[in-house]
Amino acid sequence: MQSNAQLIVKLVVYFLLCIIAFIYLLPFLWMFGTSLKADTELLDFPPKFFPSKPHFDNYAKAINRFPFWKYFLNTVIITAGNLVGVIVSAPLVAYGFSKVNWKGRDAMFFIMLSTVMIPGAVTMVPTFMIFKNLGWLDTFLPLIVPAFLGGGAMNVFLIKQFFSTIPNDMIEAARIDGANDWTIFRKIMLPLSKPVLALISLFTFIGSWNNYMGPLIYITSEEKYPLALGMPMFMNRYGTYWNQAMAAATLTFLPTLIFFLFAQKYLIEGIKLSGMKS
Amino acid sequence: MQKKNLKSLILGLLFISPWLIGFIVFTVYPIVASFYYSFTDFSITTKPKFIGFGNFSRMFSDELFWKSLINTLVYVIGLVPLGLFIALGIALLLNKKYLRGIPFFRAAIYLPSIVPAFAFSAVVTLFFHPYLGFVNTILSWFGINGPLWLSSEVWAKPTIIIAAQWGVGGAMLIFSAALKDIPKELYEAALIDGATKLTMFRKITLPLITPTIFYYLVTSTIGNMQIFDLPMLLTGGGPANASLSLGIYIYKHAFTYTNMGYASALAWVLFGFILVLTLLYFAFSKKWVFYLGNE
Repeated sequence: MQSNAQLIVKLVVYFLLCIIAFIYLLPFLWMFGTSLKADTELLDFPPKFFPSKPHFDNYAKAINRFPFWKYFLNTVIITAGNLVGVIVSAPLVAYGFSKVNWKGRDAMFFIMLSTVMIPGAVTMVPTFMIFKNLGWLDTFLPLIVPAFLGGGAMNVFLIKQFFSTIPNDMIEAARIDGANDWTIFRKIMLPLSKPVLALISLFTFIGSWNNYMGPLIYITSEEKYPLALGMPMFMNRYGTYWNQAMAAATLTFLPTLIFFLFAQKYLIEGIKLSGMKS
Repeated sequence: MQKKNLKSLILGLLFISPWLIGFIVFTVYPIVASFYYSFTDFSITTKPKFIGFGNFSRMFSDELFWKSLINTLVYVIGLVPLGLFIALGIALLLNKKYLRGIPFFRAAIYLPSIVPAFAFSAVVTLFFHPYLGFVNTILSWFGINGPLWLSSEVWAKPTIIIAAQWGVGGAMLIFSAALKDIPKELYEAALIDGATKLTMFRKITLPLITPTIFYYLVTSTIGNMQIFDLPMLLTGGGPANASLSLGIYIYKHAFTYTNMGYASALAWVLFGFILVLTLLYFAFSKKWVFYLGNE
């Protein structure tokens, strides 16, 4: 039996949540609605959410104004490079920090974690000079190669946490059977770590796909632009064609949406996990 | 025994070698070099020339440095508490046992936080557009003449702070997890003792999530001190530098004006502020952060 007061509280909670969810989706509805408007409808007052007749040709026009697919491909290449780099290097480092006993290991691990505190601005200029001297400016290499060097402290931390749940007895048993660490790493640890590797891939994908400052610093020629630079360029040049600009924004947003629909369950669980552990 | 230790040391270093190389090349060396650059006059084309504290004394009379520093502090003071209230508020709403449709609400609120800033900023620009935007249209229904938002010196920073609230999804999830972790028995016991909802929130919920709040405050402050993407994409720091953050100012000195020495000095000042704030958080944490089982 529910009292009236409890029922009212429930209704208020649902009402608030519906409003909040609506507010969080609102900009994207507005974006999509505007992307379908005819040029003449843009200045309508009061503006409507969705046009009376959808104009999908705004998408064709937007793609004609800037090489969307080329920028998309560039983003895919950079993101794929980062994924490979992190998946190859982060588990190795995590193994060295968890399953091999060596002097100074914990101190070193602490140093690794404290590097997260250093603002990117401090290392920005010398890092730029390194890549300049290597002749790597205006290539994808500065955006990809660092991922191969440990794959980020946070990722190593998460894998190490996962490794620590794998019993040491298992590893000792394998050692007695004559397996060396490399074999143990490849044949036991890696196959068992699929869940945490999947989670790290998701984080890496988002981080790399959304990276704006990296390309801004290192990529100068337009044909090498990822979407991170292509989309703002579109806004600068053709931003007044709001319907086409929003079509371009919708296209840029679409891969994230598709990715989210497939990965949301793992992602949401994973974020809770990473927040708890730290 | 001695030999075995050496062997595992080599083995361990071998496994962590990817990180070790990256750490030396892309962290240790850049920190040392950047520290040296901050005492030099250095553009990309010329060799660094030692000028002592020249860059630091230049900051005192650099109006834009002060402006960007104050702007950055305004961002932090606006973003950190607002994000806390919104993320924690939504997490509390979603923590009701009887609630149906949690996955939908959670997904809808979380999705905007993984949308890339370069796509989101285009949407925000139109959403807050003075004449065509959604916000001013709604305001006009109530007879309010909405401000120019991003094009207004007064409103540029608040608009960016509001826009950033679409990104609280990650923090909300972390608070949700923390709330779920509170032992149910505590509430049951409190209920028997006749505690009200408000007392339970103040005496059980709030103390038990203080470690998560602390984690949020530290990471959010460090992150927002470096705010770059949203103001850079939305306004480029304008109008009249009203939304210029320290992060953008450093970027501009490094790569637009190629004052790499001055940019490095600015970066160290930013680092100093971040360190001081973090230490302050830790110093005061003993007063209010509560760990279950420690007492």
